[in-house]
Amino acid sequence: MASQPPRRRRLEVEDIGDIAVVNFVDKKILDEQNIQMIGDDLNRLVDELGRRKILLNFGNVEFMSSAALGKLISLHRKLQQVQGKLVLCKIAKDILDVFKITKLDKLLTIVPDEQAGLQAF
Amino acid sequence: MANGSMSANPVTAEFTIPSDLSEARLLQARLEEALHASQYSEHDIFGIKLAVEEALVNAIKHGNQLDPDKRVEVSFQITYERFDIKIVDEGPGFNPDEVPDPTDPANIERPCGRGLLLIRGFMTEVNYHGRGNIVTMTKLRNGTPEE
Repeated sequence: MASQPPRRRRLEVEDIGDIAVVNFVDKKILDEQNIQMIGDDLNRLVDELGRRKILLNFGNVEFMSSAALGKLISLHRKLQQVQGKLVLCKIAKDILDVFKITKLDKLLTIVPDEQAGLQAF
Repeated sequence: MANGSMSANPVTAEFTIPSDLSEARLLQARLEEALHASQYSEHDIFGIKLAVEEALVNAIKHGNQLDPDKRVEVSFQITYERFDIKIVDEGPGFNPDEVPDPTDPANIERPCGRGLLLIRGFMTEVNYHGRGNIVTMTKLRNGTPEE
């Protein structure tokens, strides 16, 4: 096992084939410091660990504000640049409205559940 | 604070908080409690909390620039029919019409403007006053605006 960073993990990552399935530890994605750490961890998956297919599972997330959206867009762009793909799944109905109102549901690939997500690559 | 009845007695509260986002979270917790006590639906509570979160972050970060000497005044009223809130910061204000449209493909990667869009999307009515440092927002119960 690699040594753990001193801070609490924000993400749980499971590899299913060549797809990194990412679950959020936090139920609320609000705090700027947390969002920064989530963004850093997501970037590390691509830049350092070489992941090209990332499935973000929002099943655990109950609340999320606009502050987190920038990180998702950055990750989407980063993966596009390396011919990778970002897919989002299991987004609660209310949070889905956040994506719809900001029209990010048109930019990002959003599917209902993890099974559909795994097939979306 | 809240009596939980469906009577016409409004629940009112006023807070003055420092320019600190953790104070905003405490306020949100009290607001959520009051909305639950007034038997608002989870869907309405989500929308109200999201809009209030975005407006408080705007007031604390963009308005007061996280200045510890500046305060944010918040007052809200909850009745059976509607939720009203007023948020006042001490910043220079802004013109909401000049904020770039974040849904425009040219701006889609810019970090600004989505909060305002979400506030309008989740609340029934939103108005800016004064120099733009005062926002009033209303959500009618089950009054989710059509997209």
